[in-house]
Amino acid sequence: MADTVKTAGPGGDVVLRESAGTRAATIVDHVFRNPVLGPLAALIVASIAFSLFTDNFLSVDNLSLILQQSVVVGTLALGQTLIILTGGIDLANGAIMVLGTLVIARLAAGSTGQVPALLVGLLVCAALGAVSGLIVSRLGLPPFIVTLGLLTILQAASRLYTKETVLVDDGPLTVLSKGGYFLGQFQITAGVVVVVLSVVVLHYALARTAWGRHVYAVGNNDLAAKRTGIDVRRVLLSVYVLAGVFYALAALQAFGRSPATSPNAFPTANLDTITAVVIGGTSLFGGRGTVLGSYLGALIVLVLQSGLTQAGIDPLYQNIVTGVLVIAAVALDTVTRKRAR
Amino acid sequence: MSEIVLEARGIVKRYGHVTAVNGADFDLRAGEVLAVIGDNGAGKSSLIKVLSGDVVADAGEVLLDGKQVHFRSPADAQAAGIETVYQDLAMAPALDIATNLFLGREIRRSGPLGSVFRMLDVKEMRRRSREQMDALGITTLQSITQSVDSLSGGQRQTVAVARAAAFGRRVVIMDEPTAALGVRESKGVLDLIRRIRDTGIPVVLISHDMPAVFEVADRIHIHRLGKRATVVKPGDHEMNEVVGIMTGALPPPAIAAAAS
Repeated sequence: MADTVKTAGPGGDVVLRESAGTRAATIVDHVFRNPVLGPLAALIVASIAFSLFTDNFLSVDNLSLILQQSVVVGTLALGQTLIILTGGIDLANGAIMVLGTLVIARLAAGSTGQVPALLVGLLVCAALGAVSGLIVSRLGLPPFIVTLGLLTILQAASRLYTKETVLVDDGPLTVLSKGGYFLGQFQITAGVVVVVLSVVVLHYALARTAWGRHVYAVGNNDLAAKRTGIDVRRVLLSVYVLAGVFYALAALQAFGRSPATSPNAFPTANLDTITAVVIGGTSLFGGRGTVLGSYLGALIVLVLQSGLTQAGIDPLYQNIVTGVLVIAAVALDTVTRKRAR
Repeated sequence: MSEIVLEARGIVKRYGHVTAVNGADFDLRAGEVLAVIGDNGAGKSSLIKVLSGDVVADAGEVLLDGKQVHFRSPADAQAAGIETVYQDLAMAPALDIATNLFLGREIRRSGPLGSVFRMLDVKEMRRRSREQMDALGITTLQSITQSVDSLSGGQRQTVAVARAAAFGRRVVIMDEPTAALGVRESKGVLDLIRRIRDTGIPVVLISHDMPAVFEVADRIHIHRLGKRATVVKPGDHEMNEVVGIMTGALPPPAIAAAAS
């Protein structure tokens, strides 16, 4: 018989599977490593604290506003999560989205209809994702450098394309700004519904399909993934293209927030999404994390900003708190990884 | 003499201007454990990588059940029923045991849930994983839903071997399976190797661990200077003789016939 020395949990040397002790150990295992619980707890604690210390935080207007503010960075963060799960990072996501909004707005302002303009924008964003994906997967270059280069190129390209603010008319492009009131005065926009649906669909794809498991496996150990017969290059390419599709969706979300766009919009979107992903419990080393956590991470940043503003605290301190939270989240991840060894 | 399952003739593999394998032959017969030994740099790893599809040979041919095969990737070899347990185990540590067992070969739900929504049949994969562990008499794993990074080295090795045994319909290849293990864990892995052989699947065991080789192997393929020097049976030679042949101190005897 092989050994039973290093068995985890109260099961000790018990070798029967699925015994009561084992089940308890498995639950502890789950609680400790379920990456959504941390951000969820942080979100709840912060919300309770702010509702105690400020008058307006818990108002329906404020909560509704926080949800509406989350849609653009929240959607971008979904694409960012996919890429970080494979062990990569995307510095160009905001720039891809902004170029997408410019292409859509300028085409729609011309003779192209709004829907065809949106489809062209979708193709542009997906194609730019494919460019990063092909360079990363075929040439094996580090995603940090590839997307840094793409960011620089796209920032210049956007300004060459147009230097002005472009407006879109009311129509299909602004459909995500529409909304209704629920539970009294609680306003829910179509954009909020769509971002929640996006999280649910992507969560399902990652957790319940073979493709999702391959994404985690590639980020965990790409050599192992290759040796088990997974087409690593194809998985990587699919991730970057799908991220591009989510950036296009973020462009539509941006029109739902404001009909105006310019090359200077969303200058820190890339870093904001990395912040959300990290606070949401996804490991920057790849292979661990959830899209739900990333969306919660985006909400946490907004809740902090909103609550601290209403508590009358200087906005600069809000950034300090966010920064501390990012470092704490990464520290927690490192401790978890070491423990897992 | 039992039939040859996996055979290689005149394999050559060069890396730049270094010739790692220089016209090597290889044969694995039905129902045996064949150990492959050789000094560092003798080219045994490169030869095995050719057989498992990890590298493509520059010359020579590989035959499975007498028919020539061309492996361009590990996936090709796997499709032909050849499974390899790599030294670094090829597992995704954050994922659980059942997921790792079926990685790259996931089972989908039947009906539209599987075909349209691509939903995995997690229950079925866990059930089959437990079945496979039971079939191999593995009792050291607490739960099939534990993540691999919570396992000890020996337990991880057990999972990797179980995966190879589950999908290796024709051949299981193991690269240094006992190298990182303690005495008791090694013994467990050797027991597993015997059990796989007893289910009718021949095993190729690459190892530096001479006591392990002598304990479990039916024949020993000795690799030297990029070629097969000879094949011996453990009962016919002392351990130090075999080491002598491997290092060139003793002349290689004629290739021993396999047990009938």
